[in-house]
Amino acid sequence: MEFGLSQEQVMLQASVERFLAGQGGLARTRKFVSDNETRATDVLEGLAGLGVTGLIIPEDFGGVGLSFLDAAIVAEALGRYVTPAPYVGTAVLAPLALMRAGNESQKTHWLPRLAAGEVVAGVAISESTGARGDAGLTLKEGKLSGTSLFVIDYEADVYLVADRDGGLHLVPADAPGLTRTSLRTIDGTRPTGELTLDSVTGEALPGSCPAVLRELIDVGRVMFAADTLGAAQDMLEQAVAYSKERKQFERAIATFQAVKHMCAEMVAALEPCRAMVWYAAHALDALSAEASVTACHAKAHLSEVGTLVARRATEVHGGMGFTDLVGLHYWFKRIGFNRQILGGPQTVREDAARLQGFAV
Amino acid sequence: MDLSYGPEHEAFRQETVAFIEANKHLAPRPGGPSALAWQALLIDRGYAARTIPRAYGGYGADPDILKSRIIAEEFARAQVSPGLGGQGISMLVPTLLEMGTEAQKVQFIGPTLRGEMLWCQGYSEPNAGSDLASLATKGELVGEDWLINGQKIWTSTAHLAHWMFCLVRTEPEAAKHEGISFLLFSMETPGIEIRPLVDMTGAANFNEVFFTDVRVPQHQIVGRRGQGWQVANSILRHERGSLADPNTMLSRVNALTDMMKSETLDGRPVMDNPIYRDRLMQIQGRVLAMRCNDLRLLSAAVNRQNPGVAAMVVKLQGTELRHELEALAIDVLGELGLLYGDTPRLRGHGSWQRDYMYFLGLIIGGGTSQIQKNIIAERGLGMPREAKLATA
Repeated sequence: MEFGLSQEQVMLQASVERFLAGQGGLARTRKFVSDNETRATDVLEGLAGLGVTGLIIPEDFGGVGLSFLDAAIVAEALGRYVTPAPYVGTAVLAPLALMRAGNESQKTHWLPRLAAGEVVAGVAISESTGARGDAGLTLKEGKLSGTSLFVIDYEADVYLVADRDGGLHLVPADAPGLTRTSLRTIDGTRPTGELTLDSVTGEALPGSCPAVLRELIDVGRVMFAADTLGAAQDMLEQAVAYSKERKQFERAIATFQAVKHMCAEMVAALEPCRAMVWYAAHALDALSAEASVTACHAKAHLSEVGTLVARRATEVHGGMGFTDLVGLHYWFKRIGFNRQILGGPQTVREDAARLQGFAV
Repeated sequence: MDLSYGPEHEAFRQETVAFIEANKHLAPRPGGPSALAWQALLIDRGYAARTIPRAYGGYGADPDILKSRIIAEEFARAQVSPGLGGQGISMLVPTLLEMGTEAQKVQFIGPTLRGEMLWCQGYSEPNAGSDLASLATKGELVGEDWLINGQKIWTSTAHLAHWMFCLVRTEPEAAKHEGISFLLFSMETPGIEIRPLVDMTGAANFNEVFFTDVRVPQHQIVGRRGQGWQVANSILRHERGSLADPNTMLSRVNALTDMMKSETLDGRPVMDNPIYRDRLMQIQGRVLAMRCNDLRLLSAAVNRQNPGVAAMVVKLQGTELRHELEALAIDVLGELGLLYGDTPRLRGHGSWQRDYMYFLGLIIGGGTSQIQKNIIAERGLGMPREAKLATA
């Protein structure tokens, strides 16, 4: 019995973190945002060099063939460093869709390119977790039409899109009839946008079925939960470090119980989340009967705890927490993004209730 | 990541299940077999007092955390009594094994395990709550005896116990934490007065205990003079984790879920109300987080790793969560949730209200939530202690 990370997993996470720190951490993120970069090629190449872009892709297709738990701990590292690189869409969900539903020629064509980081895939499935307004894609006589909002890893070369019936299709970024519109969100680290399709000919993944779409949603939710875990852990550590430095009334503010209790509440809520993310990721790998409900709970609970930590860690920093100077807001906003994408907490909890037969 | 217990342990699970199946008719129940006979059987077969040496009345198995866990899981699943508990078995016995003299082990452990000797814990005092180390009950060596004077409070089961393990200030000149000794004495000793303390649930499990010239033989001390604080602390840690078992919480969530399906409001199951449903899902998710954390702690114990802050947060999070869980059940029941005691229309034998109140008690007892936060911040996050008051 061993519940936790293996030696190899600890090393994988450490090597990704080392690389991200070497890239300049927050400074690199700031540059990405202030220069309106669309793709941090240097970061992406570095991650590809570490195998991150091919993490879950089988070795036969040029990947590393690791598990969802491995993918989750990488997501955690990316959250910790507020990394402005595509990941959940291009490195996890798009390859997963191809692995589960693609035919041999689709796998042979796309998977090695995705693994190498030569191609970035965006993922347009947000309507499958709750469609806003009249958003949604319809397949009619082999052509896709409609709109999909909040594409994950939007600055991409190809898109995995889901139609209203759960069918999955690949649509190249330059496909005739495809219009892309960037959407600016609070989180500058992860560009998003919408796709408008007007009779676009996509390439259907022949193995598409509701179960595959369900798995994509579950896996995506666990990855965003893991990203929040990393981001919140970093905010907590920054808050504790700041409280030990900052002096008021002739003493470090860390000596005040009001400050201590804020920090204790953060870690008390967050530390069990680590085990929860591990468990949810492991459930995706090995406990299929409970994977979906567990993914919902991990996503919703991490969203709630992430929000608490984001707020409290900012408050511990006092006025400086509110400034751009310290840059805490990058983490705050990343956690905010993770909370809503693929379903906010209420939506996801209702999904958990439905999965257990408590709601229709 | 490997959540399986392995073939040896799965075989042990089968044995345990078979034992329970074959013997559950012997488990204690009102008017049926006695708890003491059941306890004797469990010890004899290694399902209670499992790792306590045979010489002291235990079963004498090597410590195996997974086997202990399997026993707990299977007895809980079968809803069969896992044997006797209480502060003697859960707190004093481990302490004596670690710090007691050979004579103390022989004298006390066996009868305690068999349920013949019940214990209560004399720690808190009216002026020594969160600041337990400021306790003032005095123990003076007079001749061959300790002469004890003072008062304890929050003493659970003092009215039932045969013996007390007690913290007493024996070295008034020493620093606060170094002047305390850990004494054992019979509750029959002259000079002890017990007054029940009725709590908000209506029960009187707690007591005040008064000592007037209570004479305790000198050798009934565990550890050395002045070492009592360390002796007590080793078992307080033991107590905190056990107050918030996430597997018990899971069975409460499941009971609450069933109730939300069966209770109706305007002719429809409460579960159909999306607001109650969302609150249930929130609680279910939080309980899941604590169960995952518990798996991590179990794994750390099995693999001899230090779980760090993950262990420190259990009492704080678990008791608060349990209180909120019970609160949701009361809201689900609405006016029916107000019913308490022997009354028509009572739901769940009144357990929702009782546990709602009881867990507020546990949020306070065993180290308040605020004290827990200080511990987590200082020991878990390395934040400095607050500046000492300037002495006027």
